[in-house]
Amino acid sequence: MAMHPQPPTLAAQAVYPLDSRAREAAIFSRRGSPDISQSPESLDRRAFDLLCLSVACVLVAHLTHLPPWLAAALSGLLFLRWLQRRMQRGRIPALARIALVVALPLAIVTTYGTPFGRVPGSALAVGLLVLKLLESERGRDARMAVGFCCFVLMSALLFTQSLAMTLLVALALLPAFACLRALQPDAQSHTYLRAFAPGAWLLLAASPLALLGFVFVPRLSTPLWGAPGADNARTGVSDRMAPGDFRDLLIDDSVAMRIGFDGAPPPQAARYFRGLVLWYFDGRAWSPGVTGIRNSPPEPLRAHGAAFGYDITLQPTRRHWLFALDVPLDAPDGTTFGADRTLNRAKPVNDAITYHVDSVSHYVLAPQPDPRLLRDALQLPEGFDPRAVSLAQSWRAKHGNDNPAIVREALQLFRNGGFAYNLAAPPLGRDSIDDFLFGTKQGYCEHYAGAFTFLMRAAGIPARVVAGYQGGFWNAYANYLLVRQSDAHAWSEIWLAGRGWVRVDPTAMVRRVITASSGGGLDLGSGDNWLIGLRDRLDIVNRLWDRSVLGFSALRQSELLAPFGIAHMEWGELAIALAAGIVVMLGIGMLIALRRPRVRPRDALEAAQLRLQEKLAKQGCARAPQEGPRDFFARCMLALPGVRTELAKLAQQYLLLRYGCPTPPAEPVRDYSRAVRAFRVRGVVK
Amino acid sequence: MNAAARTWRDALVQRAERHLPALTRQWQPEPLPIELHRRRIYILPTQSGMGFGVLLVAMLLGALNYQNNAALLLTCLLGAAVINSMLSAFRALHGLRITCIRAEHACAGDPLPLHLEFDAGGRARAALRIDVDHATYAFSLQPRFGEVAVTMPTDRRGWNRVPRMRISSTLPFGLFRAWSWVMPSHAVLVYPRVLTGLPPPPQEDDGVQRANGEDDYAQLREYRFGDALKRVAWKTSARHDRLLIRELDAAAHDAPQRFDWAMLHGLDRETRISRLAGWVHQAHAAGRGWTLVLPDARTLGPDADNAHYHRCMTALALLP
Repeated sequence: MAMHPQPPTLAAQAVYPLDSRAREAAIFSRRGSPDISQSPESLDRRAFDLLCLSVACVLVAHLTHLPPWLAAALSGLLFLRWLQRRMQRGRIPALARIALVVALPLAIVTTYGTPFGRVPGSALAVGLLVLKLLESERGRDARMAVGFCCFVLMSALLFTQSLAMTLLVALALLPAFACLRALQPDAQSHTYLRAFAPGAWLLLAASPLALLGFVFVPRLSTPLWGAPGADNARTGVSDRMAPGDFRDLLIDDSVAMRIGFDGAPPPQAARYFRGLVLWYFDGRAWSPGVTGIRNSPPEPLRAHGAAFGYDITLQPTRRHWLFALDVPLDAPDGTTFGADRTLNRAKPVNDAITYHVDSVSHYVLAPQPDPRLLRDALQLPEGFDPRAVSLAQSWRAKHGNDNPAIVREALQLFRNGGFAYNLAAPPLGRDSIDDFLFGTKQGYCEHYAGAFTFLMRAAGIPARVVAGYQGGFWNAYANYLLVRQSDAHAWSEIWLAGRGWVRVDPTAMVRRVITASSGGGLDLGSGDNWLIGLRDRLDIVNRLWDRSVLGFSALRQSELLAPFGIAHMEWGELAIALAAGIVVMLGIGMLIALRRPRVRPRDALEAAQLRLQEKLAKQGCARAPQEGPRDFFARCMLALPGVRTELAKLAQQYLLLRYGCPTPPAEPVRDYSRAVRAFRVRGVVK
Repeated sequence: MNAAARTWRDALVQRAERHLPALTRQWQPEPLPIELHRRRIYILPTQSGMGFGVLLVAMLLGALNYQNNAALLLTCLLGAAVINSMLSAFRALHGLRITCIRAEHACAGDPLPLHLEFDAGGRARAALRIDVDHATYAFSLQPRFGEVAVTMPTDRRGWNRVPRMRISSTLPFGLFRAWSWVMPSHAVLVYPRVLTGLPPPPQEDDGVQRANGEDDYAQLREYRFGDALKRVAWKTSARHDRLLIRELDAAAHDAPQRFDWAMLHGLDRETRISRLAGWVHQAHAAGRGWTLVLPDARTLGPDADNAHYHRCMTALALLP
């Protein structure tokens, strides 16, 4: 600080950039910018609106599993707070805030009994987020609220991992980022849309790095703390079939399983997926009973015809049984056969699993049955449904030992007896079979299957109810069969001598339809809704999502680089790969971010002049920033005497075009460009 | 930051500069134009950035624990976006050039307004901050040209170096702060501290104040370039169609005052300079002419216009 630098002129004027273009742009910033160091960062209207929008998105993401009263209360609170801050900028009284903060956990605990667990925990988190909004007055509060928002958004994915929810959560990140952007001290007031732009661009640009991270982040072999608790509902076909139990399944459109076949798929009428066999009827509901639990060897199977193989991807049901088409030859790994050739697993199906089965369509199952099983297949409850029993016994009396004839009688009854298929079937009394057969005559698969099995048993033919799925949507584009929960079905199997257990579907006999679903064992192909068809076709996207993202387990990750020779990757190698990938991506990102924008010439004349300057610079005559064009040309003519005449001509042309008229006309500019291109410095001997 | 922490930090900074020159190499003054390039831009997470990082780690652990691939994918997306925002913050400063600094006039002790002109390097830049002497200003720039007005403190007269400034940005999400220190070797001239409210200097003679009538022809002369406009006799000029100056008696108290260094014996140097500056300031405010006599026997004046004022103040400021 001792030396005195070159003093400027008296009026302390600066050297303005000579380039006239720089001065054309307006000077923007206000004179005398305010000092913002003393005032705490304020939360202006736009940032607060965006914060409210993000919290609203969090509410929407959690809407399905919040109790309705809580969702309504929180939305109302959010709206009121937004309105209050827009009208006036007062604070909410501390007493009200404290009361709400105390009331929220109390309400949660009274509803769920405990604040721990997935559902009460997320309800508490969403409530706390809205309460945080009530006291956000400063920029710092808003930042904390946004961070908390992102956290609670992620927790919504603990409930469902579908593609739709993931996209919703990703979209909900946009208002959060926009709020953070709006908190910056930007003197320009831009529209709300401009605030979304940086977040959107950064999310897009982050996708490669995100994919890299997702693929290479080492998975945990054992959970750090407990897996989510047992408050998860079990879905799919259940082991208890009472009248009315199936209806929830028949109106549920979620995906049950997807099947890929090794060869050609079987026709629609042959797609029966056996899941459970229900042996025991207590007068009201069918259940597997003791027979289903007993650990007997599977019944012998004599296969006729070729076996076909297929892969089933089963969505989590949290139950113990798996499904197979017709009768499987062998049990897949990890499963065991029940006595009736149904597949069982010791661990419940908590995650989506894929297994391969080989089945046969033409078979004789149990030609010589276990007498115990046959006895169980004739079990009837005492004192129930006397009319049905007498009807069956009348058939037996009529036909004697001709069992197939009795079966035909029963099927004729269902076809011609005035029965109808109705999802909204009237309720049945104590003698449910009697009420159905002789009273209401309306029902769906479980009524028909149960009634038919009862009649068969009463007639002395061993019969059992089988629950599973029937049908499905064949996606010809991606070659897989899509089975939804609404395809759940119940049918019957009867044992005939010489033919073993034979499948009979009594619901297929019904001709009249009152209210139907899209599945449920009834082929409604003629009235197919185009919307339903579209949705089924678009399931390809969901399937891709399930297989590639959700099915990307630790096992698949360790075998990721198998085609490249690395057989099995441990977490150390994964971490190295991840770090290397991040470094590479960051390097590419830096190269992209730090490139200088090329200064674009204002018009064609400027571009030609720049080219000329480049050519002359190569000869050592670079234009200094303070040189006007005339001085520059003069200096060049002195330095390069060989091309003096050409330079003089070019100089005259340029000065005339640039300064002689407001906008240079196109044709002379083109001539000038051509002259510049033809210009060449030759014969300069240094 | 309160005053105690500030002084503590300044003391620490001075010690660092003395003992660790290699680390504070960047803090040497450099001539304009100063360009911010990647070697001089530093970047660190802010407090909210570190909090967000903790949240991200918690989300990652949760997703891995529950083996939730969708949550893991989105956590990776969020993390990657945060890392990209680091690049974005860097880019906000990269390529920015300070092209010139213009200063206005101020006396020692008053804040001096500075106008910094930037060349934004071809793209508009928003939400930049500049810290000068514990005051922060926020500004934005257009693609080619932009300017911001800051104030610097002054406490000495004469050539003052422009203080070091910190240009920073927390774009786009406030998670990372990129900053760069600039210390231009630009100096501004600060006029001496002005002591006002003091008795005027003794005059050589106390002329009797002659009444000056508007229509007194003997007291009118032609307007000469440089005359103060408040001395123009407008009514008379309108009548004669040319500007006429009402010239008062040379013996009246409109005679140029004489401010002599030697008048102020008995005071120390700085007070003398301040009082002379005060007299010059008062005389200029009143529109009277004055003559200034400096200690090295240089005489400035007699004159009355702005240029004379600036010359006098400059001379006083530059007195050794």
